[in-house]
Amino acid sequence: MIFQLILILIMIILAIAASLFKDLINAVVTCAGVSLITSILFYFLQAPDVAMAEAAIGAGLITAILIIAIKKTERYEK
Amino acid sequence: MRRVISIIILLIIAGGLILAFSQIPFGKNKINVANYYIKKGIEETGAVNIITSVVLNYRGFDTLGEVTVLFIAAIGLGAVLFVERKVQRKVSSNKEDKIKKASLILRTGTQLLFPLILLFSTYIFVHGHLTPGGGFQGGAIFASAFLLMYLVFPKQSINKKSSSVAESLGGLIFVGIGLLGLIFSGHFLANFLPKGVPRTIFSAGIIPIIYIAIGFKVGFEITVIIDNLLERSK
Repeated sequence: MIFQLILILIMIILAIAASLFKDLINAVVTCAGVSLITSILFYFLQAPDVAMAEAAIGAGLITAILIIAIKKTERYEK
Repeated sequence: MRRVISIIILLIIAGGLILAFSQIPFGKNKINVANYYIKKGIEETGAVNIITSVVLNYRGFDTLGEVTVLFIAAIGLGAVLFVERKVQRKVSSNKEDKIKKASLILRTGTQLLFPLILLFSTYIFVHGHLTPGGGFQGGAIFASAFLLMYLVFPKQSINKKSSSVAESLGGLIFVGIGLLGLIFSGHFLANFLPKGVPRTIFSAGIIPIIYIAIGFKVGFEITVIIDNLLERSK
């Protein structure tokens, strides 16, 4: 229970950090961290199917696609 | 005038929503169907993983819709990127030599891991009716193996024709099995194959076949999306 609370706290901090970063690569990586913690929480909530999808798509593929998009456009938010 | 009309429409919508939500008792479980799935799921479908029995048996038609949405997204992305690629190709033909080689650790590690990740994804979508996971999860892991390969060898790409053939075959098998169910059992996507013994790999009738089809379809779809995006970003 305490472990889950700590995870949720870290998740909230990461989410706030993602919205504050001016460097978009940092923002994407913190978003991937949010997805990873979400998948761990899904596992604790006894939904391993959703946890698997979240880890593979949310933390893996979406991060890659967003980084490709950033590489193509601009790295720093104005 | 427009503002007044929009406020009136919003009030009507809000009233309807409040009326609808006031019918739902707070804190009570109104969904009796979950208990039915838990009690009868294994017996009726033969799939030990109850989520799979819901996704592909009781709600198989919804899954067909989900697959279609992903397919349309891939087609749309491909169409948008294809139009722009035609213009860009002439400009960036001499740019490709600039791409740096990946480091030795990344190259060796990826070459070692690539077949293992493919094997793991195949395990996940073949065992979708027994263990957590299934076609979508396995397909995403399948695509992530190709993503690693793209990161390490940016100049190479998969054979687009064969990957789109595999993708279309996955969709065709899904719809074809649904139509076969219509012929043999009278319902679209009905489980017409024998259910077998639960907890063995050859059980649950059509579920493993559909999940293998979905796995390949989703995997190749996401790989083609990544390929399109990367080709654009050179």
